[in-house]
Amino acid sequence: MDFFFNLPLWVQISLKGLAAIAVIFPIAGACSLAERKVSAWIQGRPGPSRALPFWIAWVPVIAPIMQKLGLFHLMADGGKLLFKEDPIPGHVNKFYFVLAPIVAVIPALTTIVFVPFGGYIDQAGQIIPLILANLDIGLLGVFAISSLGVYSLILAGWASNSKYPFLGGVRASAQLISYELSMTLSVLPVFLWINAPGQPGTLSLAKVVEFQSQPGFWGGAWFVFLMPISAFVFLVALFAETNRQPFDMPESEADLVGGFHTEYGSFKWSLFFVAEYAHMTVGSGIFVLLFLGGWNPLPWVPLEMVVGWLSGLGAWATHPAFVGVLSVLIFLAKVLFFIFFFMWVRWTLPRFRYDQVMKIGWQKLLPLAIANVIVYAIAIAFID
Amino acid sequence: MAVIEVERKPLTLAERTYIPQILSGLKTTWKHLVAPTVTMKYPEERPPIPPGYRGVPTLVKDPNGREKCVSCQLCEFVCPPKAIRITPGEIPPDSEYAHVEKAPQEFEIDMLRCIYCGLCQEVCPEEAIWLQTQYSTSGYTRAEMVNNKKKLYELGGTLPDQHFKWDKKKAAEEHGNVH
Amino acid sequence: MSDTYFYIFAAITVASALAVVFKRNTVGASLAFLLSLCGVAGLFLQLDAQLLAVLLVLVYAGAVVALFLFIIMLLNMQGGDRPVFKKMTIVSSTIAGALLLTGVYLLAKRPELARLPEAGQPASVLLDLKIYGAKLFTTYLLPVQVVGFLLLIAMLGVIVLSKKFEGLEDVK
Ligand code: SF4
Ligand code: SF4
Repeated sequence: MDFFFNLPLWVQISLKGLAAIAVIFPIAGACSLAERKVSAWIQGRPGPSRALPFWIAWVPVIAPIMQKLGLFHLMADGGKLLFKEDPIPGHVNKFYFVLAPIVAVIPALTTIVFVPFGGYIDQAGQIIPLILANLDIGLLGVFAISSLGVYSLILAGWASNSKYPFLGGVRASAQLISYELSMTLSVLPVFLWINAPGQPGTLSLAKVVEFQSQPGFWGGAWFVFLMPISAFVFLVALFAETNRQPFDMPESEADLVGGFHTEYGSFKWSLFFVAEYAHMTVGSGIFVLLFLGGWNPLPWVPLEMVVGWLSGLGAWATHPAFVGVLSVLIFLAKVLFFIFFFMWVRWTLPRFRYDQVMKIGWQKLLPLAIANVIVYAIAIAFID
Repeated sequence: MAVIEVERKPLTLAERTYIPQILSGLKTTWKHLVAPTVTMKYPEERPPIPPGYRGVPTLVKDPNGREKCVSCQLCEFVCPPKAIRITPGEIPPDSEYAHVEKAPQEFEIDMLRCIYCGLCQEVCPEEAIWLQTQYSTSGYTRAEMVNNKKKLYELGGTLPDQHFKWDKKKAAEEHGNVH
Repeated sequence: MSDTYFYIFAAITVASALAVVFKRNTVGASLAFLLSLCGVAGLFLQLDAQLLAVLLVLVYAGAVVALFLFIIMLLNMQGGDRPVFKKMTIVSSTIAGALLLTGVYLLAKRPELARLPEAGQPASVLLDLKIYGAKLFTTYLLPVQVVGFLLLIAMLGVIVLSKKFEGLEDVK
């Protein structure tokens, strides 16, 4: 640990950046495979289950299982997308056309640094969150940077210089702005709640988790129980912000061919997908942290309690490394469940019409979010 | 008939929030998710062939191993896409089956043309051409997709019928009571 | 070191601001505006004003420029020829520019500027959202209210302009 902090700053920064990329890229790739598998299972198909490279085919039990799960299709997909010809159509605005996928990936990968993904307990019994950039404005940082992601869709739609992508870009810009409002408003009650008077204010996500792991009935309750409306609004807005069905207006295949990425192929196209899945991952992570207790295994059962139980088994149970890994695993399990939930919903619901999306955003969700904030503000004022 | 106007029921609040609908949809998809898959793993598993299936047309032999086709060319005429090409030939007089008079010298069915209509089977007076159970044909060239006589008999095999029409005819001739 | 960062961000800000004005392509101009905002956010970060930087990116870069782009794309505006300036425009813009420059000059010459928080002050104070919020609702309450009122008027104006009122003659 000390060794790491003694490295020069730029080495630390680039190592952290590489770590973020190394985590997010495989997750995004695995998501694309999971999406295919989940859709297949829901439709009664086995899904991709054929690819089997010769150098692993001789392993007895594991290889067939991996083949059945389609793990090698992931590699095949990646390889294909990397080595396929990457044409740039003649009628596009080249500079912005190339810029768009890059702009898509940068915010998607950057937001991960603000997300605490686990914690360990130090000697003083305090939980120290594991996070790449522990800023006090964590959540605002995520919102600010992920809101830049919309430019990739707009740019892609505009630079493609053809009708369907253009419409996709226009839709994306309107949709993302509309839902950002509800999203921001929906998390306000959470921070009103945790910023009790007399303490320094904070917007840090780790603090939210800390608040959800207090002893007692009210302390241990996850915010999804305390603020179901907030959680609901946030979830709906999250679906809209990540362009997932039923809100995938910018790329709705039925009416816009491929939406903003119609003109894209091979690697550039895959970058859009990595960005979408990365947004999904980070969004699920934020939801878990805000409303589902982060790395606490069960409501009213915080991580410290579990570690306390396990400590009877031996000294290793309280070792920071073990606790850290445990917390990361719990957190990851919740996030993966949410990613699955995203897919589950995608293969269940039909797409909304565009005017419905706008109506839901402005006439239903936004008033609901505002009313929610007002109610909780009054309630919290009374409690205090 | 009079038009009966049906009042559309106004949506209830629960229906307008759309949430119960979403939940029931999720329940349905979940059921499908955990249910076993219905896909057949094709090359390993094969679908059962129902009786009366019209597969690739083939030529068959009778239980004695004689080719049944007498190259009457009826199938060639009836074939709608003109997939069959027959070169008729004589049976040499010293052959065991000389009494059958004719047999195809060459018999080709172009599987790129065949539409599996079964008319050839229908029209054949000798029950010599049968659409059997084989359903997958593939090849790298056009020439490969033309089944020649040898291939057709390979695919067809033997038909276990007991007609022996020509043998009976020959026997009748020998006993002098032709009709 | 921090000087270098300042120069980099300042150069980005100024150069892209100039590009906003001079670019013919409207989409390109808005993107240059976006870049300029990011540069300003960087400058705020240099001043330890993280909250301000993040809010700038969140509100302006994240939403306002996206709205600009949305409008540009919706109306399909093409950068055409520059219109000839009217005499009135030239005179008024010269005066406005001169006023702006004087303002900046006076601000820079203000003696108090040297006494603004320096390294001695703990950074967390500047970060503390609570203090920020309290200041906003006590010391600076009047400006906040005025700005809020202005926004309300703007909103009402948009509604009146865009909505077709039927049977409401007195509203027009
Ligand atoms: S297959 Fe039948 S119909 Fe065709 S030539 Fe032979 S005997 Fe005649
Ligand atoms: S099945 Fe039909 S198309 Fe095919 S060979 Fe027979 S008659 Fe011709």
